[in-house]
Amino acid sequence: MQLEQSPIDAVDSAQSAPAKGGRRNAAPSPWRTPKPQKPVAVTGIHSLNGRWAYLFTSPFFIMFTIFGLIPVVYSVYIAFYQWDPLDPSMQTFVGLDNFKFLIEDSNFWNAVRNTFSIWAFSTLPQMALAIGLASILRNPILRGATVWRTLLLIPNITSVLAVALVFGQLFGRDYGMINYVIGLFGFDHIDFVEDTIPGHIAIATMITWRWVGYNSLIFLAAMLAIPQELFESAAIDGASKWQTFRYVTLPQLKNTITFFLIVGTIGGLQVFAEPLILGGAGGGANRQFSTLTLFLFEQAFINVNWGYGAAVGIAITIIVLIISAINFMITRRIASSDN
Amino acid sequence: MTQLLETPEVAKVKGRKHGRWQKMSPLSYITLGLVGFLSLFPFYWMFIVASNGSDEISKIPPSIVPGDNFLKVVADVNSILPQTKILFDLVTIDWFYKALLNTFFVGFCIAFVQVLTSALAGFAFAKLNFRGRRFMILFIIGTMMLPSQLGLVPMFILMSRLGWVDSLKALIIPALVSAFGVFWMRQVIDAQVPNELLEAASIDRASVLRVFWSVVMPIIRPSGFVLGLFSFLATWNDFLWPTLVLQSPDNFTAQVAVTQLNASYVLNYSLNMGGALMATAPLLLLFVLVGRRLVQGVMDGAVKG
Repeated sequence: MQLEQSPIDAVDSAQSAPAKGGRRNAAPSPWRTPKPQKPVAVTGIHSLNGRWAYLFTSPFFIMFTIFGLIPVVYSVYIAFYQWDPLDPSMQTFVGLDNFKFLIEDSNFWNAVRNTFSIWAFSTLPQMALAIGLASILRNPILRGATVWRTLLLIPNITSVLAVALVFGQLFGRDYGMINYVIGLFGFDHIDFVEDTIPGHIAIATMITWRWVGYNSLIFLAAMLAIPQELFESAAIDGASKWQTFRYVTLPQLKNTITFFLIVGTIGGLQVFAEPLILGGAGGGANRQFSTLTLFLFEQAFINVNWGYGAAVGIAITIIVLIISAINFMITRRIASSDN
Repeated sequence: MTQLLETPEVAKVKGRKHGRWQKMSPLSYITLGLVGFLSLFPFYWMFIVASNGSDEISKIPPSIVPGDNFLKVVADVNSILPQTKILFDLVTIDWFYKALLNTFFVGFCIAFVQVLTSALAGFAFAKLNFRGRRFMILFIIGTMMLPSQLGLVPMFILMSRLGWVDSLKALIIPALVSAFGVFWMRQVIDAQVPNELLEAASIDRASVLRVFWSVVMPIIRPSGFVLGLFSFLATWNDFLWPTLVLQSPDNFTAQVAVTQLNASYVLNYSLNMGGALMATAPLLLLFVLVGRRLVQGVMDGAVKG
């Protein structure tokens, strides 16, 4: 940003550093104000278009304020009240009671555990699988590349509900296809509905099935963007396939992996439909499927305890923020140790 | 993200030239074949279960060939709730098809307007300069990190205050703008629209709005189409919010309709799968038509490096 630069400086710097990536220092532009302005007032070369910019962004910001921002702020307000389910106009201020209750609610902590267990089962194997598939897909002599890529994306267009229904049936204890196959190998049937860990694996499988192809494409795009020279010099140095992957490909995927982990975490905290189908709103007999979002849904809309539901929503947000912060810190540390 | 994606063709030529990728083990094809099979199998399984009737499914070993029951299951799905009228009460259709039509309508409205609002804002962020631009972008990215459930309860209260509960308005209007859409469009316009073009248009004294409409929009149309597809798919598959705000069968979306099958009977797998398949079939059809563009869209939007 050239906040303190005069328009003329901006033009100069644009000419000395042309083209690539330089939107803000692009060539002299008629988009710039024709009248010379006081340097302070100039935010860039297109300052004439400021009013247009506000007009163009206003549909987004108006709608977003009403339906995005206000609800978020309002949820903090709600969380401080006890609402009467029968008469929503009746509300009592209860201060931090909802949050105090939350901290002591073993069902909440159970939901936290379940959510992270499902997240671990789905995210980490999925990442390994997606990177593996991407390295196969990136091979330029692969036949039918487009067909494979398209095939991998099909699961992603299916609704979570349909996925949950199909896999719920496939994972059935007595007549499910998966237990039939397990039985063929001479093992006992696994109860994917009543047992906690198998249940989490079943849900993680649904998530992985729906997302692994999509994420392979993400990793594939990142791999194709790696400068070819790096592979060439690795080949000249006589690096093995694994060494090339470990020391060339993987470090170049760092940002993509960070992105994947953050998006995966946010998505993981939103897991809802699969456990609802398998275990109902309460998350099954032992609450083994009660994830955070399902818990919010149960509290706010089944028990009609809006204040508590809002408190759960805030707790989810805090968890997302903490994880994102940890993620950024780790990435930064890795980045600085690289340099 | 400004880095341009290396096209497969370029990579292919390079690979050939350096002879580095000549080896392609059969194991790679076996892996891909297996993953491809697993990708398709659940769809096939939906059809197996839906066409076989519940008794056949509870056999050991399970049946793996389609039965002849599918049309009966479709009829069963449609008989769970009464038929309904559309087009000024002129045409009578089954409730499930009405739900599909509703979903299509909602998805189309949202996709169309979202692309437009996102392109407008994205254009401003990419090509115009104004006070607070940087702050606003950071703000938009920041809001993308918030989990959507946070606003669930207040949104429901807001909808009941507005009298939009059990109305498609509750689905459409809040979704007309999207932070992700603005961010995506900003990236796209930044990468695809050269400043020289804008300048040439300005010399012809075109207004900013005109430049947007006649210069920017034609260039970004393919990417806008992909964004529209994404929001259409997301709307079609949305489950939590529609379940909360929709109550009468006349307003159901596809996903809400499928949940009705679950609630109405003692777990009837055939019925459930039939409904799930009927709610998925339009998307499969859409995917056949535009799957390749979706693949390109996903890859274009990836974080690289």
